[in-house]
Amino acid sequence: MGLQANFAVKEEVLIVRLSGELDHHEAEGLRDQWKDTMYTNPVKHVILNLEDVSFMDSSGLGVVLGRYKEVLQLGGEMVVCSVSPPIKRLFEMSGLFKIVRLEENESFALMTLGVAS
Amino acid sequence: MRNEMSLEFSSISENEAFARVTVGSFITQIDPTMDELTEIKTVVSEAVTNSIIHGYNNDPNQKIFISCTITEDGIELTIKDDGIGIGDVEEARQPLYTSKPDMERSGMGFTIIENFMDSVEVISLPDKGTTVHMTKQLAKTKSVCK
Repeated sequence: MGLQANFAVKEEVLIVRLSGELDHHEAEGLRDQWKDTMYTNPVKHVILNLEDVSFMDSSGLGVVLGRYKEVLQLGGEMVVCSVSPPIKRLFEMSGLFKIVRLEENESFALMTLGVAS
Repeated sequence: MRNEMSLEFSSISENEAFARVTVGSFITQIDPTMDELTEIKTVVSEAVTNSIIHGYNNDPNQKIFISCTITEDGIELTIKDDGIGIGDVEEARQPLYTSKPDMERSGMGFTIIENFMDSVEVISLPDKGTTVHMTKQLAKTKSVCK
């Protein structure tokens, strides 16, 4: 199965679209790719689109938490969108929604960050 | 009728997916709900990841053991390693606690396991490995069998 990550930049927003399974095995590679893209593009905010993620565990939460801290240092905001019910439960359980905003879909998330999709 | 299986595999991260898919596949024969299946797969992933990262400190030459039993009212699941063990199990089970804060761990592994299973017993001593024994009642098995 594995994990595929697609990165897109719109104005000062980095959109991270994931598909597949995000576990400890995939976490490190994703972290490196994500950090690389974030620091080689003039971005401030991050939208994490989890629409096609079929499995995620606490290792995935760790990666999200790590990037959240970096986005905060850039003075930006992290928005998560298109979250399935099981992944939503993980976020709720860990209190992540207290620091990361949840939006229904990517275009709405972009709009809230002032970017027209 | 009791139905059991056991697995033994190398402590490498590629096997996290193998382990959760295999356990998931074993329990599909009792028709779990999609939620139950996801919960059990997540729990397997968490415990196996703990064994790899914490129990064995990422040493790929060790073994992880899983046994799963389908019982009258659900499943029993045991995930075991022969790793370094846990000195303070109570502390390890606290939400957000991690012994490896530099590794970007969320510290939510045990909390997720406890939330998704009905009972969780952690048997561990320093240098004596860790055994996590869990049970979960399934919705289907609560009703009369076909």
